[in-house]
Amino acid sequence: MNKIVLIGIIASVASVLVTIGAVWGGQKLIEQRTAGRGWKALTVLLLLAASAAGILIDVPRLPIVNESIRNLFFHVPMWFAMIMTLLVSVWYSILYLRNPSARLDILSHEAAKSGIVLGLLGLATGSLWAKYTWGAWWTPDPRLNAAAVAMLIYGAYLVLRGSFRDEQQRARVSAIYNIFAFAAAIPLLFILPRISGNSLHPGQTGNPGFNKYDLDSTMRMVFYPAVIGWILFAFWMTQVSSRLAFLQLKLDEK
Amino acid sequence: MRPETDPVPVLLREISTLLAKDFRLEWRQRAALGGLLLYVGSTVFVCFLSFSLRGGTPPPPAWNALLWVILLFAAINAVAKGFMQESPGQRLYYYTLVRPQAVILAKILYNTLLLTAVALLGLFLYTVFLGNPIQDAPLFVANLLLGAVGFATTLTLVSGIAAKAGGNGATLMAILGFPLMVPMLLLLIKVSKNALDGLDRSVSQQSLLTLLALNMLVGAVSYLLFPFLWRG
Repeated sequence: MNKIVLIGIIASVASVLVTIGAVWGGQKLIEQRTAGRGWKALTVLLLLAASAAGILIDVPRLPIVNESIRNLFFHVPMWFAMIMTLLVSVWYSILYLRNPSARLDILSHEAAKSGIVLGLLGLATGSLWAKYTWGAWWTPDPRLNAAAVAMLIYGAYLVLRGSFRDEQQRARVSAIYNIFAFAAAIPLLFILPRISGNSLHPGQTGNPGFNKYDLDSTMRMVFYPAVIGWILFAFWMTQVSSRLAFLQLKLDEK
Repeated sequence: MRPETDPVPVLLREISTLLAKDFRLEWRQRAALGGLLLYVGSTVFVCFLSFSLRGGTPPPPAWNALLWVILLFAAINAVAKGFMQESPGQRLYYYTLVRPQAVILAKILYNTLLLTAVALLGLFLYTVFLGNPIQDAPLFVANLLLGAVGFATTLTLVSGIAAKAGGNGATLMAILGFPLMVPMLLLLIKVSKNALDGLDRSVSQQSLLTLLALNMLVGAVSYLLFPFLWRG
């Protein structure tokens, strides 16, 4: 019993540290001024390799899931990448409130937009998966509802940004809503499916793991690179779109 | 220079002054309060009329769903006018007088009291017109009160944000507020269903604790973020 508790504590501390590290690293990558060919090549390589391996490797034959288990290499990493970019966006919002600048506002906005894109991709792949395993495009499952709520919140964020004329006002108020919405709703999206206890979706008890699918070691070898690849891809996307926004800002100032 | 005073009693004094001001304003503009009560009353009555077509009371799941829909919209209407009826000049005046934490805490407290009153009145009217299928009344009322507190804490900051955007404040408030309230509503509806069916209280315990924790979290985040909103 004590051993299990200890392992649980170590695992949670480790995951918090990894998350903080990823947010810090993501910030560095997004704001990078050089071309950064190394990590971009790595991203392309990881995504291509993980996609190819994900389609080709031998997977365990499980009832109902069958070959659709390969979606694990696409669907789950997209959600991981979404949470990561949204965390980066919240971090920029906090930085903005401490020290306002147009730059931080742009970074926070672009990170939120990349998060939305990945969230929509995650919804699409999840919906496909649900169609083939549960028989419907959408089911009233707590986790699915939670995902829809998260998308609505960020839709509201974009609407809020659109309803201001004054740029400083827009930046400040949307930073506040970004932090508030993330703090009030995102933790619950992880907690609610767990306490409702009647979710079909895997990972509703304990860590969002794959105990039910009994992920074997070859699948892990593909899954973790896919996660890293998608997260790096999200940061890359944010970097490109925020560079474009900086250029537009410069043009507007002239 | 002002003499150094203990900040906590000062904060409490400011909150009580602001709270008294809100009550006095509400009492002077009774039309808004009356409108709210009439809104709750008429929606309940419309429900009664439509269900009486098929012989009286609705089945418990429909009873539960309608009650929460009525309370949700009443809450949005009640809280929406909080910050929006104040002019920018008025806000500037408060800004020079009191600290922002006092403003948000007083507003949350005021909205909590208002929504508690609306929720209890709504429940009373609802049971009078549509029957009372509740089997565990204390749990149901406790859950209702938690819901009122939760709606007040979430919507107060959202109404502040919507007021800043100007223009169509009420629409914006619904857009910003609904997704934030969905997780809370799911918990509330689940517990109130348990209370309706008279399930053992241990079944609802975890959801109630989560609701309580959520209320405190939202309150704390509002307290921290409001000064930034107020500064503009």
